[in-house]
Parts: sequence; structure tokens; C-alpha cells
Amino acid sequence: MSKFKKKKGGELPAISTASLPDIVFMLLFFFMVATVMRENTLMIKNELPFADQVEKLQKKDLVMYVYAGKPSERYQRQYGTEARVQLNDKFADVSDIKQFIIEERESKREELKNKLTTSLKIDGETNMGLVSDIKYELRRAEAYRINYTTKKGDAAQNMQ
Amino acid sequence: MAKRSAPEVNAGSMADIAFLLLIFFLVTTTIETDAGLNRKLPPIQEEPQDPPPLKKKNIFQVLINQQNDLLVEEREMELGDLRQAAIDFLDNGGQGCDYCQGKGDAASSDNPTKAVISLQHTRETDYSTYIAIQNELVAAYNFLRNREANRLFGMSFTEMEADFNDAQYNGNKDQLEDKIGVIRDMFPMKLSEAEPKENN
Repeated sequence: MSKFKKKKGGELPAISTASLPDIVFMLLFFFMVATVMRENTLMIKNELPFADQVEKLQKKDLVMYVYAGKPSERYQRQYGTEARVQLNDKFADVSDIKQFIIEERESKREELKNKLTTSLKIDGETNMGLVSDIKYELRRAEAYRINYTTKKGDAAQNMQ
Repeated sequence: MAKRSAPEVNAGSMADIAFLLLIFFLVTTTIETDAGLNRKLPPIQEEPQDPPPLKKKNIFQVLINQQNDLLVEEREMELGDLRQAAIDFLDNGGQGCDYCQGKGDAASSDNPTKAVISLQHTRETDYSTYIAIQNELVAAYNFLRNREANRLFGMSFTEMEADFNDAQYNGNKDQLEDKIGVIRDMFPMKLSEAEPKENN
């Protein structure tokens, strides 16, 4: 009994929170690692046009990205100011698109291959000539599902 | 006074700091979902085939020139009027269309299943203009599809599509697919894109 009496007299020991930071750090590291996005470094100007009748792109792993636009300022000396295509992290020629699509398709699982969508992230100031060429290459590569990726907004803003 | 042991450094605020970092990372790495206009490209035809015979009145011609000006059915038009013009054309209901609410103009389309919108642009046209026009044409289709979906099923077409794509949707998906199919058959999206004209 004397044991209990002793406790009554003393203060309640504070619960040690020393391990709490460890737990939170663990969470933090988990999120830092889990949300790493393979974001392409854009070497082009990429201001997407506006549209309001948009549909969301589902399932990010089934999307291939094709970028196009004028090279950004630091690359202009090397690549000029004419709009170009960018695939992954480097400039590419329009004729490289077919190979790129085929490689991307090969890396996907068999049953998902016909669900692939190509997202066209094209700068608003690009001429349609280049866009038509890209579209033609996609048709050659049999990548028929495309998505003109846009920003959400009133389409009238495009005309200014 | 009796000698006390050195007080422990209070580590309680460490958790707060870590939480702050955690929240910072959570907020800054929001994965934004891309959105845009979905389209399907036509396959390449090996041999040029004769285009199927279409009455001229069933074709709604949209031309964009290199100055990004719009020519619709041989008349100049502002972007803001394009949506209504397309709706009027599709919904005209010249013959064989019992759900159309248009004027039934003999010079405009027979019915929405025959109506084709033809879009042609030059190589110098800006992409942003092209997207604006695509957007307006999709809007015209969506408007009509929503109207019919609301009339038949009491639910807009865009909602139906959103539900269909939603993995969490707990209704009957097959039924929903059928309904979407019905509406799609009423207003099939027939958007023909010609190869761009060479500018000479």
C-alpha cells in the first residue's frame, strides 16, 4: 500500500513527447518521397490557351506529354525563336514523335496500351502548322486519343 | 535549496516545427490535374477515298485565316456569336428530327445526325484561336446534349459523363452508359478537320 501512497503525493509525470517529432518527421519524409513528381523541365514558353468546356485527364500514368512552343530566352541563342517540340527533357524534331510514342507505349502494361492519351501542351502563340504536323505524326503512331490541355477560363481571352 | 537535476529541454515544440514542414510540403506539392479538350484523331487512310456524299446544307463551314479572323458559312463572324450559330445549325431540324427545336430552315441542316461541322485553318493560325473555336463548338454540342439529357433523364449530360468517369459513383454504370449512348446518338459530334491550307 505504501507504494500507492507515494504516488498520490508526487505529481503526475508528464507524458514524454520526445518521440512525437520522430513520428511527424517520419510522416514528413513519407510525403516528401511519395509526392515526387517526374516533372519535365520546360525549355519552352508554355502558356496554355484558355477553354471552359474541359474534361479532366484521369489516371496520370496513362498520359504522354508532348510540349511545343517557342524556346525560352536562355535557349534562344542556340535554338532560335521558332516554335519547337519538346519531348521529355529535350528538344526534339517533329519526326521524333512517332518513336517517342512507340517507346512510351512499350513501357506500359499490355492491357493499358489502348487507353493511353496524349496530352498536347502547346503554347498559345504557336502556329497551327506545327500543331498539324504533330497531329499527323500522332496519327502515324496510331495515338488517336489526344487532349488539348488548356487552362480553365473564358475562351474569349485567347483572342486578345 | 536542494540541488536539482538540470531541467530537460522541452522538445514539445519540435513536433510543431515538423508539422509546419509537413503542411508546407503537403500544400506546395499539390498535384494539379490537367484538364483539356478531349479529341479523337482519325486514322490515316492509305488511299484517298471519295468523301461520302454530303449535301452542302448539312455542312457548317468554319474557316480561320492567318489573321485569326473567322469565316463561318461565308460570312465573317465574331467568336462570341459562333456558339449560337453552331447551335442553330445543329438544332435546325429540317427533316426527320422530332427533338430539334430549331426553326426548320430549309437551307440549314436536315438533322443533327447528318450535320457536319467542317473546320479549316491555315498554317499561320494561332493555336490559341484554334482552341477558342474548338471550345465554342464543343460548347454548342454540350448545350444541346445537356438540353436533351435534362429532358429525357432529368440530368445534364456533363453530369452524367462526370459520374461515369467517377470511380466512386455508386449507381448503375451500365445504365448510365446506355443513357450517354442515347444522347451521343442524338447529337453525334461530327467535327471534320481538313488539312491546313498552304498559304500562297
